[in-house]
Amino acid sequence: MPLLEARDVHGGYGGMNILNGVNMSIEADEVGVIVGPNGAGKSTMLKAIFGLLTVSQGEILLRGEPIHNLPPNKLVQKGMGFVPQEKNVFPSLTVKENLEMGAFLKPGNVKRMLKQVYDFFPPLYDKRHQPAGELSGGQRQMVAMGRALMAEPDVLLLDEPTAGLSPLYMNEIFERVKEINAAGVGILMVEQNAKQALAIADKGFVLAAGKNRFTDTGAALLADPEVAKSFLGG
Amino acid sequence: MNAQRTERREDIIAAPSRFPLREVILFGTLLVAVLGVYAVMGTAYSTRMLVEASCYAILALGLTIQWGYAGQFNAGVMGFVALGAFATMFLSVPVNDAFWGTELPGELGRVLLYGAAAAMLVYGATKLDRVGVPKKLRTLIAIILAVVLYLVVISMMRGVTGEIQSRAGFIGGLGLPAWSGWIVGGALAGAIGYFIGHICLGLRSDYLAIATLGIAEIIKAFLKNSDWLTRGTATVSPLPWPTPGPSELGFTLARSLYLSVTAAMIAVIFFLLHRAYHAPWGRMIRAIRDNEISASAMGKDINKRRLEIFVLGCILMGIGGGALASFNSIFDPNGFLPLNHTFLVLVMVILGGPGNNLGTIFGAVAVYIIWLMSEPLALFLMHGAAALGEGWFGWEPPGNLDSRALQARVFVIGLLITLVLRFAPQGLLPEKVKHHG
Amino acid sequence: MNELVFFINNVIIAGSVTGSIYAIGAVGVTLVFSIMRFAHFAHADMMTFGAFMVLLLTMAFPGVGGAVGLPTPIVMLPLAMVLTALLAVGIDKAFYKPLRAHGVKPIVMVIASLGVTLMLQGLIRLFAGTGSQNLYLAGERKEIYRLDVPFELATRPIIVTEPQIILFILTIVCVVGLHLFLNRTRLGKAMRAMSDNPDLARASGINTNHIVAVTWVVAGGLAAIAGTLLSLDVTFKPDLSFFLLLPIFAAAIVGGVGHPYGAIAGGFVVGFAETLAVFNWTVLLRPIAHLFPEWVEIPRNLAFVGTEYKIVVPFFILVAILVWRPTGIFKGKVI
Repeated sequence: MPLLEARDVHGGYGGMNILNGVNMSIEADEVGVIVGPNGAGKSTMLKAIFGLLTVSQGEILLRGEPIHNLPPNKLVQKGMGFVPQEKNVFPSLTVKENLEMGAFLKPGNVKRMLKQVYDFFPPLYDKRHQPAGELSGGQRQMVAMGRALMAEPDVLLLDEPTAGLSPLYMNEIFERVKEINAAGVGILMVEQNAKQALAIADKGFVLAAGKNRFTDTGAALLADPEVAKSFLGG
Repeated sequence: MNAQRTERREDIIAAPSRFPLREVILFGTLLVAVLGVYAVMGTAYSTRMLVEASCYAILALGLTIQWGYAGQFNAGVMGFVALGAFATMFLSVPVNDAFWGTELPGELGRVLLYGAAAAMLVYGATKLDRVGVPKKLRTLIAIILAVVLYLVVISMMRGVTGEIQSRAGFIGGLGLPAWSGWIVGGALAGAIGYFIGHICLGLRSDYLAIATLGIAEIIKAFLKNSDWLTRGTATVSPLPWPTPGPSELGFTLARSLYLSVTAAMIAVIFFLLHRAYHAPWGRMIRAIRDNEISASAMGKDINKRRLEIFVLGCILMGIGGGALASFNSIFDPNGFLPLNHTFLVLVMVILGGPGNNLGTIFGAVAVYIIWLMSEPLALFLMHGAAALGEGWFGWEPPGNLDSRALQARVFVIGLLITLVLRFAPQGLLPEKVKHHG
Repeated sequence: MNELVFFINNVIIAGSVTGSIYAIGAVGVTLVFSIMRFAHFAHADMMTFGAFMVLLLTMAFPGVGGAVGLPTPIVMLPLAMVLTALLAVGIDKAFYKPLRAHGVKPIVMVIASLGVTLMLQGLIRLFAGTGSQNLYLAGERKEIYRLDVPFELATRPIIVTEPQIILFILTIVCVVGLHLFLNRTRLGKAMRAMSDNPDLARASGINTNHIVAVTWVVAGGLAAIAGTLLSLDVTFKPDLSFFLLLPIFAAAIVGGVGHPYGAIAGGFVVGFAETLAVFNWTVLLRPIAHLFPEWVEIPRNLAFVGTEYKIVVPFFILVAILVWRPTGIFKGKVI
C-alpha cells in the first residue's frame, strides 16, 4: 500500500477547476517531485492534499485511508506536515517558539524533537532565541521545515522550498530533504528548479494544465528528451 | 467569459423593468401602519411623527450613501446631527442685543483674530527648515511655540467667554431664516467630515468608526459646555420655523406644511442620488467598495472618491439635523444621544436596505414608527411585570421604573442590529444592481 | 515644595491610576484585534459588566472582605473575572462566530460589536439603574494614606488611597502574568502564532476556534479587572462606555494594534496626557512668577483643556498618531 496516493483528483477555487484528474503515489522511503510550467496546478495539488481547497472529484488516500477534504489540523494529527511557499514562519516568534508550534498537538515530544531538528539544521540552534522574522530566506526555510518536522510527520509536503534562495542554500535544502527522507519521512515537493529536484527524486510527476503529463522515476524523466525539451528548458 | 458579460448587461438593463412587488407590499404595509397611527393617535400627533420620520429619513440617506454605497461605517451620526442643529440655532435665533450692543463682540473678534495669528505663526514655524533651521530644532520650536501661544489664546478666550456669559447670557443668533441654518449646518458637518475622512479613509475601516464615535462625543461635549455660545444645558428655544408655526395655523396644518417642506427635500435628495448612483461616479464608488484592488489598478483615485462620498453623507446628516432641530424648536445639547441619533439611524439603514435609497426611506419611516410606539409599550410591559411581581411575590419595584423600562429599548436596538447583520445583511429591500467583479 | 507635592498628587498618581486602567483595557482590545482582526467596541461595556458583577457579589456577601483583611470587592474580583470571561465567550458564540463563519468584512464585525454594546448597556442599566454607586458598601471605607514629604518647605502630604495601591499592585500582577502567559505557556504562544499568521497556525495543527475562545477568556478577565479598578477608584457608573472606548482605542493604536506591550505603554501615554492636559499649570508657575517680566500676568487657570473636555485628549492623540505613524510607536501588525 502506498503511503500517499491521489486518484483522479479534480478541484479548484470557487467553481473554477484547476486540477483536472491528477494521479500520484509515493512510498514512505521515496521523494516525490512535482514539476511543470506555471499555472499547471502544482501548488494547487499540494494544497488539495492538505485540505486547503475542496476536492470535487477523485480521492486522496493516506495509508489507504481517504483523507480528502479533511481540515488541516486533522491531517496534522494523521501524520502529515505542510510547508507553504510564502509566509511559512511566525515572524514575531523566536525560532524555538516557531518549532514548538509545530509540536502543538504533541507537547510531550517537544524536547526530543527540538534536539533532532537542531541536529538537522545546526544554524537554527545558534539563532534559537532570535525572532524568525529577522532571519535570512534560507534560514527561514529551515525554520519552516523544522516546524513541520516537529510533529513527527510520516509524509512532508513542501511547496517550492528553494524559491528565491541562493544556489548555496538551494543545495543545502536539497541535501536536508534527502536526509529527512532517509530518516523515514516520505516527501512530496513542488519545485521550480526542476533539474536539481528531479536529480534527488525517486518519483517525478510532470503536470500540465492540471493533468499528469509524464510520470516516472526522477532519473528517467531527466533522461527523457521530450521532457527535457518541453519542461526542463532543453 | 462571453456569456458572463452578456448576462451582466441584461442584469443592468432588465432590473428596473421588473414589477416592484416587494416594494409595493412593503410600502403598502407601511401606509396601513401610518393610517392606523392616524386613527388611534389623532392627526396632530401622527403628523408630528411623520415630520420627525422624514427628518430621520434624510439622516438615513446620508448614512446609506456612506455605508451602502461605499462601505464606510460612520459611528458618529449624532455629532453631525448636533452640528446641523447648532448651526440652525445660531443662524435662526433672534439677535441678542445684550451681546451685540456692548464692546463684547469686538473683544471676541480680537481674541479670534489673535487665535488666527497664532495659528499662522505656528504654521510658519513648521516651515523654518526652509531657511536652514535643522529639522529637529524646527519641530521643537514649533511645538513650544504652539503650546505657549495656545495657552495664551485659550486663557484670553476663557476671559472673554466668561464675560459674555455673565453679562449677556450667550451671544444669541443672527436672526436669519431657518433654512439658511440648515445649509450652514450641512456645510459645517461636511467640513468636520472632510477633516475626519481625510485622516481615516486611507486606513483600515475600523479607524473611521473609532474616530467618528470620538468626534461625536467631542462635538456634544463642546456644545454642552460652551454656555457662551449655546447656553449649554440651559437649552435655547424656541427656534423659528421656516413655515408658519402652529400659533398661526393650528398644529395639524402647520405640521403638514412643515412635512411638505421635508418631503420636498427628500424628493430632491432622492432624485439627485438616483442620478449620481447610475452615473459613472456612482459606478466608480461601488467598484471601489466591491473590489478596492482592481479599482485602484484601473487608475482610479480611490481616496478622493471615498472622501467625496463621506463628506456628502455628512452634509446630508447636518441638513437633517438642522431640520429636526427647527421642528422640535429647541436646541438641547443633552438631547443628543448615541442611541437616538446614531444607532437608530443605523438600524433604519441596515434594516431598510443599505445602498437602496427607497429601502432606506422605508426603513426610516417604519423604524421610527416602531421606535415611538415601543416607548408606551415598554412602559406598559414593565408596569405589568411590576404589578405581577407585587401581586405574586410581594416584590417592591424600584422607584425609577420608567427610566429603566426605556433601557429595554437600548437592548432591543442592539439585538436588532446583530440579528439583521446575521440573517438579513442585505436588508428588506436589497440594493438592486449585482456586485460587479 | 507644596506645589511639587500638588503636582505629584494630581499628575503622577492620578496619571498612573488612569494609565493603568487604560492599559489593562487596551490590552484586551489589542488581543481581540490581533486574533480576530476587528475593533471590539463592546469592550468598554464588558468592563462595566465586570464591575457590575463585583458590585452584585459584594452586595450579596458583604462580610467576606473583613474576614480576609481585604476590601470585599477585591475578594470578589476573581469570581467576577470568571463570569465576565464566560460572558465574553458566550457573546462570541452567539453573535460573532456565525458572522465569522460567513466570512464577513471586519467592519461588519465592528457594527455587530456595537449591537452587542447596546445590548449590554441596556441589560446593565435595566438592573443597575443609571446612577452611580459606590463599590465600598457600608461598613468598609477607603483607607487614605498620607505620606509626609521629608522636606521642610513641604507641609502637604502625598496622598494615596487604598484602592490606588491595590490598583498599582494588580496592574503589575496583570502585566507580569500576561507576559508569562504569552511567552511561557503553550496557549499563549499559540495565540501569538495565530496573531502572526492564522493560516500557518492552522497548518501547524493549532485549533483556531480554541484559541479564539482563550482570547475571549483573557480579554473578558482583563476587562473585569479594568472595570473594577475604575469603579473602585471613583464609583461604579453604568454609562461610561463611550467615554472609555476612545481612550482605550487610542491607547491600543498608539502602542501599535496587535501589540500587547505597546497597548500597556499606550495606556500610560494616554492616561498621563489626560492628566497633564487638565492640570492647572499656574500652580507650578506661581512660585517662579518673579522670574517673568512685569507685564506678564499669569492667568488663574492655565490648563490646556477643562476637565469637561478631557475626551478631546485621547482624540487628539488618536488623530496625531494616525497622521504621523498609523502603525503606532511599536509598529503594530495591522493597519
